[in-house]
Amino acid sequence: MAGVPLSVNKRAAILSIVMLVAGLLIWEAAIPAQQAAGELTEYERLTGGGAPKAGVPPPSEVIAKAWEELSNPFYVNGPNDKGIGIQIGHSIYRVLTGYALAALVAIPFGFLIGMSAVAYKAFNPFIQVLRPISPLAWMPLALFIIQDSDASAIFVIFICSIWPMLLNTAFGVAGVRQDWVNVARTHELGHLKTAFMVILPAAAPTIVTGMRISIGIAWLVIVAAEMLVGGTGIGYYVWNEWNNLDLTSVIFSILMIGIVGMILDAAFAALQRGVAYAE
Amino acid sequence: MASKPFLSIERLTQRFPDGQGGDLTVFEDATFGIEKGEFVCILGHSGCGKSTIMNILAGLADPTSGVVKMDGFEVSGPSLDRGVVFQNYSLLPWLSTLKNVSFGVAARYPDWPKAKVLEHSRQFLAKVGLEGDVIQRKPSQLSGGMRQRVSIARAFANHPKLLLLDEPFGALDALTRGTIQDELLKIWGGTEQTVFMITHDIDEAILLADRILLMTNGPHARVEESVEITIPRPRSRTEIVDHPNYYAIRNHLVHFLGHRSQKLSGTASDGQAQSPSPVRIDKTGTPGDDDGARLRAVNL
Repeated sequence: MAGVPLSVNKRAAILSIVMLVAGLLIWEAAIPAQQAAGELTEYERLTGGGAPKAGVPPPSEVIAKAWEELSNPFYVNGPNDKGIGIQIGHSIYRVLTGYALAALVAIPFGFLIGMSAVAYKAFNPFIQVLRPISPLAWMPLALFIIQDSDASAIFVIFICSIWPMLLNTAFGVAGVRQDWVNVARTHELGHLKTAFMVILPAAAPTIVTGMRISIGIAWLVIVAAEMLVGGTGIGYYVWNEWNNLDLTSVIFSILMIGIVGMILDAAFAALQRGVAYAE
Repeated sequence: MASKPFLSIERLTQRFPDGQGGDLTVFEDATFGIEKGEFVCILGHSGCGKSTIMNILAGLADPTSGVVKMDGFEVSGPSLDRGVVFQNYSLLPWLSTLKNVSFGVAARYPDWPKAKVLEHSRQFLAKVGLEGDVIQRKPSQLSGGMRQRVSIARAFANHPKLLLLDEPFGALDALTRGTIQDELLKIWGGTEQTVFMITHDIDEAILLADRILLMTNGPHARVEESVEITIPRPRSRTEIVDHPNYYAIRNHLVHFLGHRSQKLSGTASDGQAQSPSPVRIDKTGTPGDDDGARLRAVNL
């Protein structure tokens, strides 16, 4: 067994695959084969209970379901039966709309309160009270005022994404090194130029960290919000399949939520690397 | 009195609250001038207010009272006319070396086309020995000495009327420091640049300066003496040590910083402008001249 030892990445990849395969095998083995029930009671016969009792599906079924859904993700068979791609599309649209609105408010506003110690202290109590509120607690109020379920879901995303971005922007801007501000001052850069040439790039890593936290929270919240507002979206899909007692679809959609969340996070990780600088 | 100097510091006073309800006077009524094209170093112990004077000259801080006049106009706020080289280089780490210089040039000459701004920036980086791929690197990829060269190039490229150097070589090792001192002399030699520099290093001050201002210890620090460096230019570090005036001046400075800066400190001003007394030490001419000057200074 001589030869060059494998790199850390390769060894980790092999270990990951081993764990995945082992996990799937244990899961598959743990699900007992469905047996036809013995004598049916009259009630069971009346309710179609001859079918096997709904149980947790084995991974093979989930994989088959995933293959089926992903090979035709955009079908529409009536309002309650749409492809997974359409459901995820709705969720992403809501998240990105609410998130973009939050960024438009939080980043300029965070900039202002980061520049002014008075504004920071004045707004801080409000932020500290509003921030820990579960975004779903806003839902009834949003539904009542906005009178539109789709817009209410977007509002809930807006309100949950705003805080990390706001606080990180203010923190990043307030913490810009005085030396760099002095460089701007001795070069007679105006306020706007100082903001865009010095403070924004200096605070960008902190701001983008806040944006990354926000997108993660927004994706967590959209599932719950869509379970409430219904109609479309991945959250609605999970709940709808639960009502259908289709656990295979539930597990499949849980995995899809995780994968989309991972992709969103990876996008912001790339942005973070883009704005990072070494001192 | 002759006409006012190019840069005139008049009765500059700085007090800070001492945290116990009173005031701490860093210096008061400090009065001195700098001529156009002059290279002036200021020497003194930490805490005597050198950096405060520098920040006031740069316009980054406001004095409690007193004025700074440049070319007859009162200085207020920072300006491109007064370039600053900070001790910690103060390069913007997200910009390349070239951009760190060119953004300053673009701010100084907003009418210049981009190509001219870049060409001008390259030219000044080359003057401090930075050429080729190096200028595309980020400051974090440069050594401390190279970073300070960039900072010096940025300051000179803007042709400020007054160049302020705040212990520019303080963070560098002795060998690098020597090289960059030579480069500073080279780039300065080709200009009529007026320079005001803070340093802790006596040999550095003698090598670079036309005149050295000596400060007593704070609080109530004073700019006590103005020592003329009677060693002709161009100077080189290896040759000036053989000049007859070198050790005479050096000893004078060492004695001042060693004993007199302590002994003379702490006396409040009498409400008059506090000007440094001029000291001229010259062993090359008639002996006795410098002794007189020294005695006069000591007796003050």
